[in-house]
Amino acid sequence: MIRLSPKLSQKFSYLILFLATTLAITPVIVIIFIIVKNGMSVINWEFLASMPKNGMRDGGVLPAIVGTFVIVTCTIILTLPTGLCAAIYLNEYARDNIFARVIKLGILNLAGVPSVVYGLFGFGIFVMFLKLGVSIIAGALTLSIMELPVIITTSRNALNSVPYSFREASWALGVSRWQTIRHIVLPNALPGIMTGAVLSIARISGETAPILFTAAAFYVPHLPHSIFDQVMTLPYHLYIISTQIPNMPNNIIFGTALILLVMVLAISFVAIFVRIYFRKHRKW
Amino acid sequence: MSKIEIKNFNLYYTNFHALKDININIEDRRITTIIGPSGCGKSTLLRSINRINDTIEGVHTTGEINIYDENIYDENTDVDILRRNVGMVFQRPNPFPISIYENVAFGLRVNRISTSRSIISETVEKSLKAVLLWDNIKDRLYKSALSLTLEEQQRLCIARVIAVVPHIILLDEPCSSLDPVAIQKIEELIIQLKDRYTIIIVTHNMQQAARVSNDTAFMLFGKLIEFDKTEKIFTNPSKKETEDYVSGRFG
Ligand SMILES: Nc1ncnc2c1ncn2[C@@H]1O[C@H](COP(=O)(O)OP(=O)(O)O)[C@@H](O)[C@H]1O
Ligand SMILES: [Mg+2]
Repeated sequence: MIRLSPKLSQKFSYLILFLATTLAITPVIVIIFIIVKNGMSVINWEFLASMPKNGMRDGGVLPAIVGTFVIVTCTIILTLPTGLCAAIYLNEYARDNIFARVIKLGILNLAGVPSVVYGLFGFGIFVMFLKLGVSIIAGALTLSIMELPVIITTSRNALNSVPYSFREASWALGVSRWQTIRHIVLPNALPGIMTGAVLSIARISGETAPILFTAAAFYVPHLPHSIFDQVMTLPYHLYIISTQIPNMPNNIIFGTALILLVMVLAISFVAIFVRIYFRKHRKW
Repeated sequence: MSKIEIKNFNLYYTNFHALKDININIEDRRITTIIGPSGCGKSTLLRSINRINDTIEGVHTTGEINIYDENIYDENTDVDILRRNVGMVFQRPNPFPISIYENVAFGLRVNRISTSRSIISETVEKSLKAVLLWDNIKDRLYKSALSLTLEEQQRLCIARVIAVVPHIILLDEPCSSLDPVAIQKIEELIIQLKDRYTIIIVTHNMQQAARVSNDTAFMLFGKLIEFDKTEKIFTNPSKKETEDYVSGRFG
């Protein structure tokens, strides 16, 4: 075995670490570059704000943008309060008994279930059994079930980051458990909860499998009227125009991908800014 | 009639027997210190008097603690009201990350003891004056409490307790994170507060116990070894263990 001098081995390990990092981010940069390069040309107001035309080979992606927005909004309205309540229960109330342990274990495992499984589950329960049909609400419920474990986990981490001594100080003043949660724990956990929620929004915006059988439509000639309508969504629309339609102009495919990409990245950046802002203004 | 009467009191952390058959009577408007080596159960005993130990999983107790003849371990006791009557100051200053003013007003507001702005302001001022903090900070009441020095933070924590008008104040090593000058000032404050409150302090600093207290309890391995006038404990204890401890032979 060759023995390198400390100086040389230092340089060598630096090089390897640097190369590994480069390797990790290169594909991302290349993908972004290709999408921007090929899709940029179709992006204009018209493309964002009009309906598809000519069997989707022309026109815009407005219904897909609106559909994604609506379904994501419904999902987060369903998930955030439920997930937060569950997190509060598990962290602040539940004693360490079998019931709580099973739930915690379940939550950990649910986070690893492939999203297409949620799609089939949602189709069975919401579309068929509850007869909601293929609709925004069925899709949002399916996405909620999928995202709930994530929201619970991020909320629990945020609650845990509030020092125990704050709780104790409050209880010792004769403040009840619930009032302590409301006035001390939640305000201090809020930044973490919000960051988690925004990252969840970014994640569900790009999901295709769970809404494939529960909400997504190939083509709807109008914007959704109610939560019982089917909708077009960006990820599903992208899938369709890139695989199901012959003679599809390439730039429209890449343009649609670019919009989805920008949307998800923008939401993630919001989360990062929220986090940086609160970290700077963090008080303990 | 004594104010706090602890009778055959035992406390277990799950299976660990932390307090063994404690019997002690604490009188009104006196300062009592609890001394003893680390891990002997001083904090546990103190935290039993406002039942803050209840919040720890696996804690169970037997025996009684009577405050003015009412057993606080009775199942009908409202612990939130108990904790308003028996205030607690912790080892590390733990003000909330809100303004100085809001820290003191917190108990009043959240417990809806008072909703009137003027009464709350008055109480905040009175409480801050009682801990001799008012003159220093009256111009920065709305600054974060965490901008204060550790000593000031500990004073603020005492003011926060005083604001909800307790009868008894428990202090768990309130000076352990402070420097000597600050310690002296806090001790002076504690002595001043004696006229209005019954005070129990845990300390592992024997000079401190000798300086501030009227009565002293000495604990060892979860048992109360001796309880008497402070002077007696430090000059002429009746138990050998006490003598060994106060003369610095162990602990
Ligand atoms: N939450 C807890 N769970 C289990 N054991 C504990 C807990 N808190 C304290 N103990 C144990 O109880 C004993 C007394 O602790 P404590 O009252 O904190 O002692 P002191 O304040 O005199 O140093 C120690 O042996 C300690 O390890
Ligand atoms: Mg202690």
